[in-house]
Amino acid sequence: METAILRDTMHTLSDTHAPEGEAAPMTAKIEARQTNVHYGDKHALKDVSLDIREGEVTSFIGPSGCGKSTFLRCLNRMNDTIDGCRVSGTVMMDGEDIYDPKIDVVQLRARVGMVFQKPNPFPKSIYDNIAYGPRIHGLAANKDELDEIVLTSLEKAGLLAEVKDRMEAPGTGLSGGQQQRLCIARAIAVSPEVILMDEPCSALDPIATAKIEELIDELRENFTIVIVTHSMQQAARVSQRTAFFHLGELIEVGDTEQIFTNPKHKLTQGYITGRFG
Amino acid sequence: MSEMTMDTPKGGARTRERVAAGIARRYRSERRFRLFGLVAIVSALAFMALLFVSIVGKGYSAFVQTEIRLPISFDVAVIDPQGLRDPDEMRAANYGKLYRDAIHGLFPGVESRSERRLLNGLVSSGATFEIRDAVFAAPDLIGKTREIWVPASDDVDMLIKGHIDRRLPEHERRMSDKEIAWIDALAADHRIETRLNWRFFSQGDSREPELSGIWGAVVGSFLTMLVTLALSFPLGVATAVYLEEFAPKNRFTDIIEVNINNLAAIPSIVFGLLGLAVFLQFFGLPRSAPVVGGLVLTLMTLPTIIIAARVSLKSVPPSIREAALGLGASKMQMVTNDVLPLAMPGILTGTIIGMGRALGETAPLLMIGMVAFIVDVPGGFSDPATVLPVQIYIWADSAERAFVERTSAAIIVLLSFLIIMNAAAVYLRSKFERRW
Ligand SMILES: Nc1ncnc2c1ncn2[C@@H]1O[C@H](COP(=O)(O)OP(=O)(O)OP(=O)(O)O)[C@@H](O)[C@H]1O
Ligand SMILES: [Mg+2]
Repeated sequence: METAILRDTMHTLSDTHAPEGEAAPMTAKIEARQTNVHYGDKHALKDVSLDIREGEVTSFIGPSGCGKSTFLRCLNRMNDTIDGCRVSGTVMMDGEDIYDPKIDVVQLRARVGMVFQKPNPFPKSIYDNIAYGPRIHGLAANKDELDEIVLTSLEKAGLLAEVKDRMEAPGTGLSGGQQQRLCIARAIAVSPEVILMDEPCSALDPIATAKIEELIDELRENFTIVIVTHSMQQAARVSQRTAFFHLGELIEVGDTEQIFTNPKHKLTQGYITGRFG
Repeated sequence: MSEMTMDTPKGGARTRERVAAGIARRYRSERRFRLFGLVAIVSALAFMALLFVSIVGKGYSAFVQTEIRLPISFDVAVIDPQGLRDPDEMRAANYGKLYRDAIHGLFPGVESRSERRLLNGLVSSGATFEIRDAVFAAPDLIGKTREIWVPASDDVDMLIKGHIDRRLPEHERRMSDKEIAWIDALAADHRIETRLNWRFFSQGDSREPELSGIWGAVVGSFLTMLVTLALSFPLGVATAVYLEEFAPKNRFTDIIEVNINNLAAIPSIVFGLLGLAVFLQFFGLPRSAPVVGGLVLTLMTLPTIIIAARVSLKSVPPSIREAALGLGASKMQMVTNDVLPLAMPGILTGTIIGMGRALGETAPLLMIGMVAFIVDVPGGFSDPATVLPVQIYIWADSAERAFVERTSAAIIVLLSFLIIMNAAAVYLRSKFERRW
């Protein structure tokens, strides 16, 4: 029943984007191999090996606590900021191990942006929120360039029309959906290569969610996107590939259409048909 | 099944009954609690009002000072007998003779030595220096006669302000009938007035109450506070930032944390002893100097500032840190751009509370010699100085009746500074406060 509905939503998607078979490999932007994460004694992520393909949207699904956020945070080393968190294994980005001591996290995070579950604009003006990243990385040579970056980022995030008259108003004064798009614009402003999104729509209403999904689809042209979501419809609508996690393990990964129509693993099947999770 | 459904409304009724019975009790206890709160606030306010009324009531009269107008003749023979106009010679001249001659001239009937001495005593000995200063300010006065206001002695001041009771029998009061008669005669001649006591606001301490001022202590306090603030604010904030944002959480940092909390609870006199041993005896810094006072008070204030700063750093939401780090900010950028500005209101409040405590602190300063009697207004960080609370302590300890009002006046000054500092804290907090 559920799968039938999903298959319907899949239609539009497969029209625009023909699914690649497993046999036709695409370039992998990020390759994780045997990645393990421990929080103190807790083994939160077990031997995850996964490729994130360039120019695609990859979604992570799975029941709560299965390690989706944990894995996502491995990809830009946000786990470094958590006391007692240990990551082992390798995560390669463009053929470089991002956990190599030679790699600078600041530089890494400029290449891999992140959007969080709860919109977290800085208590600064809308303009300063977007200009934050370019400023700390010194991306703009002068004020005009900075203005340009801010405007195009807002434009790309589909927020410009709503805020162009109040660039100096505090970012915290926007609605939840606007705040989340502000955070996306903020991430885009640094021109990263990859954008990680951890349940970006969980605090938003359906209309704001639809806007962000549209936005993600547009951003795919320029960025590689990884999105964690609890909504299977959302995963089906926005992503080309889907990874299913369960109890810290990667159970199955494949083209979104295949995962939702013809899951190989019975846990995946159980989850997407709503039998647990 | 049917019994269950029968039972439900009954159970519901019982719940309602029980809740109704309890509700009155709950409201009663709430009302009682509110009453207690109200009583507590009203009594606190009443005590505060009492304190202010009694201090202001006792102290305000120190802001005026009784002065006597005397026709001083600036006699060349006294000021500059050789006519050389040599400043050193002129400085050494006997200016006291000028005001004594003037007052003797007003009462020609007074002949005997002892009576004349009594008459001289109506004028403060400080008149000598004021006449000298007048000559140096306007040398063309020499050779002329001018009506000059000079300070009256503290006993005259007390009599005029009503602190000496005329109705007491002569042997029980500090002033003889004869002196009172002279004062009344001067007053009838409009030669006695209470005028704004500028000396109180511009002079250092003195043995003579009518000449003593608070300015030396104010400057001493200011210099001491400056040293304290300049050292404890950056050190405290840097320590807090390091411990909160950079230091690994291990046993060593735990020990440091416990020790900082313990330091905040150490009696301040212990810091004074430490200062005596370290700054004076080991480093050989000067005694009674604001720089040493500031160092000692820094030791005392640091834990307060560190604790307040850590609490306010902790209260900055983690989502802000994540946002900054996620955009590729380095830790330092995250701290200076985002975390510190958001923590600033709390840090400033803590700092000002710490500084307020330091401003009112006496005990540790006694240990490093700041309790000394110091006449000169300090001109730098290493000059001997005293501070406001120590000045209050010294005056409160003095025997003269006229020091009582000065003690209260000094307390008024100290309280005004504290109020200004607290107002600054409120202002800064509202200025820096931002919502997220
Ligand atoms: N900071 C932490 N300290 C200790 N354990 C943690 C921490 N963060 C996550 N965990 C644990 O790691 C496991 C995976 O957590 P994670 O947040 O990755 O789950 P998730 O799949 O994102 O769940 P959700 O869908 O609810 O967000 C959970 O069991 C969680 O309790
Ligand atoms: Mg999560």
